[in-house]
Amino acid sequence: MKTIVIGVIGADVHAVGNKIIEYTLINNGYHVVNIGVLSSQEDFINAAIETDADLILVSSLYGHGEIDCRGMRDKCIESGIGDILLYVGGNIVVGKQDFSEVKKTFLDMGFNRVYSPGTPIEDALSDIKEDLGE
Amino acid sequence: MAKYLLIDFGSTFTKLCAVDTEAEDIIDTASYFTTVDEDISIGYHEALKRLYDKIGKDIEFEQVIACSSAAGGLKMAAIGLVEELTAEAAKRVCLGAGAKVDLVLSHHINKHEVQKILDENIDIILLAGGADGGNSECVLYNAELLGKMNVRVPIIFAGNKSARDEIENIFNKYNLDGYICDNVMPKVNSLNTEPAREKIREIFLNKIIEAKGIKSIESEIDQVILPTPNAVLEAAKLLAQGYLNESGFGDIVLIDIGGATTDMYSICNATKRSDVIIHGLEEPFAKRTVEGDLGMRYSAPGIIKSLSLQEIEFINKEKKVDIEKEVKKRYENVKSLPQNKHDEFIDLFLAEICAYRAMHRHVGRIEEVYTPMGKVYNQVGKDLTEIKYVIGTGGVIINSKDKESILKRTTNILHNAQELRPNDPKFYVDQKYIIAAMGLLSKINPLAALRIMKKNIVRI
Repeated sequence: MKTIVIGVIGADVHAVGNKIIEYTLINNGYHVVNIGVLSSQEDFINAAIETDADLILVSSLYGHGEIDCRGMRDKCIESGIGDILLYVGGNIVVGKQDFSEVKKTFLDMGFNRVYSPGTPIEDALSDIKEDLGE
Repeated sequence: MAKYLLIDFGSTFTKLCAVDTEAEDIIDTASYFTTVDEDISIGYHEALKRLYDKIGKDIEFEQVIACSSAAGGLKMAAIGLVEELTAEAAKRVCLGAGAKVDLVLSHHINKHEVQKILDENIDIILLAGGADGGNSECVLYNAELLGKMNVRVPIIFAGNKSARDEIENIFNKYNLDGYICDNVMPKVNSLNTEPAREKIREIFLNKIIEAKGIKSIESEIDQVILPTPNAVLEAAKLLAQGYLNESGFGDIVLIDIGGATTDMYSICNATKRSDVIIHGLEEPFAKRTVEGDLGMRYSAPGIIKSLSLQEIEFINKEKKVDIEKEVKKRYENVKSLPQNKHDEFIDLFLAEICAYRAMHRHVGRIEEVYTPMGKVYNQVGKDLTEIKYVIGTGGVIINSKDKESILKRTTNILHNAQELRPNDPKFYVDQKYIIAAMGLLSKINPLAALRIMKKNIVRI
């Protein structure tokens, strides 16, 4: 069974979407490790190491995603899980910025998939299936 | 006849406590130096003679049981994967089992670290790593290295269950003294202490006390059943929770300042509040932390190390002492007792620092986080603000002329809003030094043990 670590990064307490993601992933046969809200990069990475996770799915709903996610790939590399898949989604930046640029910023930061506001979880799910296998 | 003799073979003193469970009270107590280097029974007989002299006659006891921290106590190494997760979980299990944790190792261990395990005469290794179904590679690597380096001490595997079969193979391949039990952290951030703790106790009884020359006493007494700090933890739990219809104190903190360590126990949930978000590894309801660098004699130099140069200078000037000289004196003569007012003053001062620092490391912290949804509270560790009772034990507190001043150092005297120290507790003292004995008695007659504690642990 593939393992996915999910959680909400930074000083962000939006818990509803987090629960929806957990519910959907479990129903699709994934082992979900939900570290909840107010989580730091280290919380995600530590959980991924202990659980031998295949993917870290970071949620950020309050617009500070860029600051909170910066350097996360480097920390993964330092921690010995440099190859892990990193996804990010939610309202990851403030205001109405051109999403293609936002996406590029996060891809450059080492994220494998970046989702725009309002993306249904089903879209991410098909990517997960593609990346991890069924 | 319901008379029991409860013994605590300590590192310095062998302490005896005779109780009558029908009268639900202590008959008397006595102590003598622990003589584990020659023959542990010499000190025991001497203490027993003193006890009988005090009582005025010999007594036939229904049962004689003991706990022990003699010959260095139970020394353990905790191995895990991530420092804040399985390594911390393993460490907490060891502490809860009454061990001294001399080494905490994480990730892939190296030969140098294994050599340390061998050099420091570790009694038991607790080997964890990986949540269930998670990482197996690291714990297998570590087990393999322990085998290759021919480590002969008992190894308890309490890591990822998926690695169990291969771990058993490694144990067999190298002929290790291996034991298997449930994972200390089956899921991320959840703590599972009981199975590993029980296994540690079992090995302590069957192997460690024999290796330390304590087993020989069992021809004269019934059994050594617990490491002393574990007995104290059991007593603290009973005193807090009560037994059947006999109520306990509720949530408590207990501090034991000794010659070599300062032990802090808190018996309560992590928080009572609903408006905080708790982070990190789950906190045990009955939590013990040990500060090996804070003590009145052997570990007195650690107190100096915990101070900055400015602080030392300030203390010397303010208190008109040479604190470094005083500490050296105590370290060089660990059996020394205060001879005059000056000695008492220094001991009191050192005990205050031990209490303050030990609580600083034991207690949880809270921070306010401003989010777009308003202010939220992020908590790590245990919230002790609502604790109603702080209980002191250990020679320096019991014999001090200003017990309250020491115990007060566990509270929030500096008004640090982040540290969740007790706000306004009542202070109690284990005046007759019976807590460990009551932990032993709780295994035979919990109700009597509880009532005796409630009678003899007094408010100051």
